[in-house]
Amino acid sequence: MSIKEKAVFVFADQVDNQITPVSFELIGKARDLAEQLGSEVVALLLGFQVADLTNELIAYGAQKVILADHAELEHYRTEPYTQVVAQVIEKYQPEIVLFGATSIGRDLAPRVAGRVHTGLTADCTSLEIEEGTDRFLMTRPAFGGNLLATIVCPDHRPAMATVRPGVMIKREPDESAIGEVINFDGLITENNMFTIIHDVLKRGLSKHDIQDARIIVSGGRGMKNAEGFAMLKELADVLGGEVGSSRAAVDAGWEDKSKQVGQTGKTVRPNLYIACGISGAIQHLAGMEESDLIIAINNDPTAPIFHVADVGIVGDALKIVPKLTEAIRSERAQL
Amino acid sequence: MKIIVCIKQVPDTTEVRIDPVKGTLIREGVPSIMNPDDKAGLEAALRLKDELGAHVTVISMGPRQADTVLREALAMGADAAYLLTDPAFSGADTWATSSTLAAAIGKLDYDLIITGRQAIDGDTAQVGPEIAEHLGIPHISYCRDLKIEGDEIVVKRQFEDRYQILSAKLPALITALGEMNHPRYMTPGGIFDAYREKEVVIWSRNEVPVADGNIGLKGSPTRVVKTNPKMLKQPGTVIEAGVEESVQYVMAKLKEKYIL
Repeated sequence: MSIKEKAVFVFADQVDNQITPVSFELIGKARDLAEQLGSEVVALLLGFQVADLTNELIAYGAQKVILADHAELEHYRTEPYTQVVAQVIEKYQPEIVLFGATSIGRDLAPRVAGRVHTGLTADCTSLEIEEGTDRFLMTRPAFGGNLLATIVCPDHRPAMATVRPGVMIKREPDESAIGEVINFDGLITENNMFTIIHDVLKRGLSKHDIQDARIIVSGGRGMKNAEGFAMLKELADVLGGEVGSSRAAVDAGWEDKSKQVGQTGKTVRPNLYIACGISGAIQHLAGMEESDLIIAINNDPTAPIFHVADVGIVGDALKIVPKLTEAIRSERAQL
Repeated sequence: MKIIVCIKQVPDTTEVRIDPVKGTLIREGVPSIMNPDDKAGLEAALRLKDELGAHVTVISMGPRQADTVLREALAMGADAAYLLTDPAFSGADTWATSSTLAAAIGKLDYDLIITGRQAIDGDTAQVGPEIAEHLGIPHISYCRDLKIEGDEIVVKRQFEDRYQILSAKLPALITALGEMNHPRYMTPGGIFDAYREKEVVIWSRNEVPVADGNIGLKGSPTRVVKTNPKMLKQPGTVIEAGVEESVQYVMAKLKEKYIL
């Protein structure tokens, strides 16, 4: 079975035999890129007893799936995964390979780039094929989000990129889409670089991922203490949303790292983002400025958060948040 | 046990500001620091030294000024320091940086290499895994905790929702998370030793056994074609009113946008 020239490959990140959402987002983006290149999108699925997942990848837009189903691939480990991806790249010579910037993608992609000797651009927020030149432009934040750098990979193939979750937009799944599944026929060879997994400990985090939330109520240093921060949960609850956090509030121990929005946390684009007592360091803005409606409450009128807010309220979030919660609650009660 | 820690001197990006008029990066007066994840990696190495009597070497690639962070590492308790500095190394992307560092490390003895997970100026998290690949040794990234057991390293590796406890045969490379510890301070005696007793060995191009095609800008598969200051969107309305009025204003907006 053949694969078109200049194909765009997407590494389908899966954990516990569930595809990570960023993989679907990447397939969506890869379809645009492949169309411009006159080629096709191939998802690369590694795991054990994961054949069922190929349908999902096809529904989201993969035209072909290369499936490596092997007991050695059941749980992510760097070396066996690198062996498979590197062999697939050698065999099919794709133009572009995309990975989610997850803790798997950010571990695997550099190892693969080292092995196949090609360039890798980390944590991209925009990918495009330049009109006329067909150059693949990869844009990413640098200097803590203060700059955007556009990077190309002129002489090495494939061009590889990791992409931040939540940035690209997935297509509506089409259950009737038809795609081919190609079985990986290479070898996985045990060597000195194999690691052994002894145990897995769940981190006991809330199941609610802020990246899936339509509404996020986020807090920062201005909430003063854990009690102040707890008010945000009430506001989020009455709005049916989730609580997010700035880095300062995570460092202060008021919220878990998994709720952190920003450069070193998560990128979110909810319908509504309420920033309470967040000054808006550029690193934070990088993670939330694409939200549809941003409401910021901060007592410092010069806070940078007001540069991105659609609605800015200069005032004490500790006083305004409980009143707002109350007002929404009574509004809901009337409906 | 011989440990090599890779450290990078970085601008303190939390201090970097954008000139609101020109839209350019203001670098003047921004202090240079030891990259935080690297510092945690160094601390992890120094703890192994305290426990097991390891020998800790720090290595950096960068301009001459990177001497400062290497001295800081020596003052914290590292035993030896190397600085790879040469115009031929400049302009390197992660591939060329890792190939240069790997070639230099290859001249030294090591059981364990520690890098930070990522540097705050680039945030790529690529150099550690790529060094390991060039050296043909295993790596474990996102290390939250570690211990040495015989000829293996056992690491608590962080994922989004879980930790894996996994082991690798030494020699191996791990990338350290800043959260893994609180690095020690330099001691006055340590600072004295770092400047008077210990030295930072300078290695230039000819002392690093690596092909011309694998270093610097020429050896970099990627190229930066342009940088732009981040465009912030047009600001919305900002009001300054009492609590009641503010709440009413927000309520009106939520209704206008059909959120309520």
